[in-house]
Amino acid sequence: MLRNFLDKIKPHFGKDGKLHFLHSTFEAFESFLYVPDKVTVSGCHVRDALDMKRTMIMVVFALLPCFLFGIYNTGFMHFSALGETRDFWPTFWFGCTKVLPMLIVSYVVGLGIEFIFAQVRGHEVNEGFLVSGFLIPLICPPDVPLWMVGVATAFAVIIGKEVFGGTGMNIWNPALLARAFLFFAYPSRMSGDSVWVADAVSGPTALSHIASGATDAVPSVSQLFWGFIPGSVGETSKFCILIGAAILLWSGIGSFRIMFSAVAGAGLMAWIGHQTGATDATMIQHLLSGGFLFGAVFMATDPVTSAQTQAGKWIFGFLVGVMAMVIRIFNPAYPEGMMLAILLMNTFAPLIDYLVVNRNISRRKKRLRMASEPSAVVNS
Amino acid sequence: MSQEKERLENKGGGWKEWFSAKNMKLLTRPFGADNPITVQVLGICSALAVTAKMQPALVMAISVVVVTGFANLIISLLRNTIPPRIRIIVQLTVIATLVILVDQTLKAVAYEVSRQLSVFVGLIITNCIVMGRLEAFAMANKPWPSFLDGVGNGAGYGLILIIVAFIREFFGSGTVFGYKVIPPSFYEAGYTDNGLFILPPMALIVLGVIIWIHRSMNRNLIEK
Repeated sequence: MLRNFLDKIKPHFGKDGKLHFLHSTFEAFESFLYVPDKVTVSGCHVRDALDMKRTMIMVVFALLPCFLFGIYNTGFMHFSALGETRDFWPTFWFGCTKVLPMLIVSYVVGLGIEFIFAQVRGHEVNEGFLVSGFLIPLICPPDVPLWMVGVATAFAVIIGKEVFGGTGMNIWNPALLARAFLFFAYPSRMSGDSVWVADAVSGPTALSHIASGATDAVPSVSQLFWGFIPGSVGETSKFCILIGAAILLWSGIGSFRIMFSAVAGAGLMAWIGHQTGATDATMIQHLLSGGFLFGAVFMATDPVTSAQTQAGKWIFGFLVGVMAMVIRIFNPAYPEGMMLAILLMNTFAPLIDYLVVNRNISRRKKRLRMASEPSAVVNS
Repeated sequence: MSQEKERLENKGGGWKEWFSAKNMKLLTRPFGADNPITVQVLGICSALAVTAKMQPALVMAISVVVVTGFANLIISLLRNTIPPRIRIIVQLTVIATLVILVDQTLKAVAYEVSRQLSVFVGLIITNCIVMGRLEAFAMANKPWPSFLDGVGNGAGYGLILIIVAFIREFFGSGTVFGYKVIPPSFYEAGYTDNGLFILPPMALIVLGVIIWIHRSMNRNLIEK
């Protein structure tokens, strides 16, 4: 029935239709409801109608465990700070009242801007924002005022994405840019060392304990792993993040190279930091606290802003991990370094790719030379 | 050749000639299609550094207008006696003298602001706009048009400076020229000043957005 309706109104949006100026809006809704005819295989920087929607929806699925747990944890933190115990559903419901408005604001503002730009520039609406809009509430503390979420989303979409030409053209991860905007614009809200727990109560995060050297106060490893700790909405439960990672790896959307090398880099750097006494927390505590894993799984692997070459991905991920730990351990002003590390490496990703590609070219040239005139190579 | 033609055109003399349409265009073009910052993209660094507040931005704008105007005037007066091979040194000497004069005047008249501007007044010497106008205009034109061109370019620069400073101060501190303009009731309702606007990166972004708007209003600025 819906299909018939869409087919019936479609001519109005055609080249000569009277509603032509709304054609990209129409296409967005049509392809949102039905699989587009044109489908390609991987990577959303390839501006083919490729199945970007499929990719994006898969990432959203992978984020769902974190999202649901984040909602529950928000309520759980609230009631446990007040010294009350509630059943599952009231807790979950309370979390909904905090988290869902953020999600709605992020989507309404972000998609609104995307639709306007698509309309003005006369291209289809891209689905890139489905994931960014879902990520934004997950990487914010639960108490960020909604208007701040809106402003940050607008900034990220306009300055981070549309300025460069829209989805697939951006240099930085839009969701992280929104967080960076909040972080620098309203530092008192986003410092990463203390976070909202319940109304009018805020508690220190694991990271602030690590930064201040109070390792005794850091939650136990199992708490850090299961996630019943204060923090930004989606980052607390490492278990749910691992489920998401499994989904991304299974579907081939997230790059295992980036994930593994990021963890390796961070592990190495945290180990060095611990051995040299620069930080009191152990490697495991560093890996499990804060947004590191969340960033490594969902944000560093963003196919647009990370390195594209296979070797480049190893280097990119490793440097993200190293930088995150360097910022955490050696810069007391920033208890959490993952956001800045990813944004920094996003900036360098094209350079990494360039070097990898050039190296490959020169290696092949050398091989070619060797094959054509072996004596010349031997002599030199 | 063009000088010859100009002299013939201006032969009549008189005040009307001084403010002819052609001369006025020298003064007004830098505000729009030929703006030193948004079109020629000169003098960016000081535009980023002094625009966190309106007051220093305004003082900076006035200083640059004075320097560009008089540097153009003086170089234009000297233009036929400057040996081409050492012209850069002569130009620099003139600019440096003017900048020192401006700096000393500021220290005497408005010490607070000059302290805020710190090194950036001195750095007007290296501002590409000043040198650029000397090379491009004053070396080949008569004193009066040169003076107008200098003032126009300085003012075009200052205009952008003040726009950027207004946006940054309004959103970053909620003030304009130091006066609170955002009512206290906003803060009670949960509004917070945006700290990012105080930081230099935001000046770059604001400037970028201004260039974006300027270009989309003025289509022929867009390169093919």
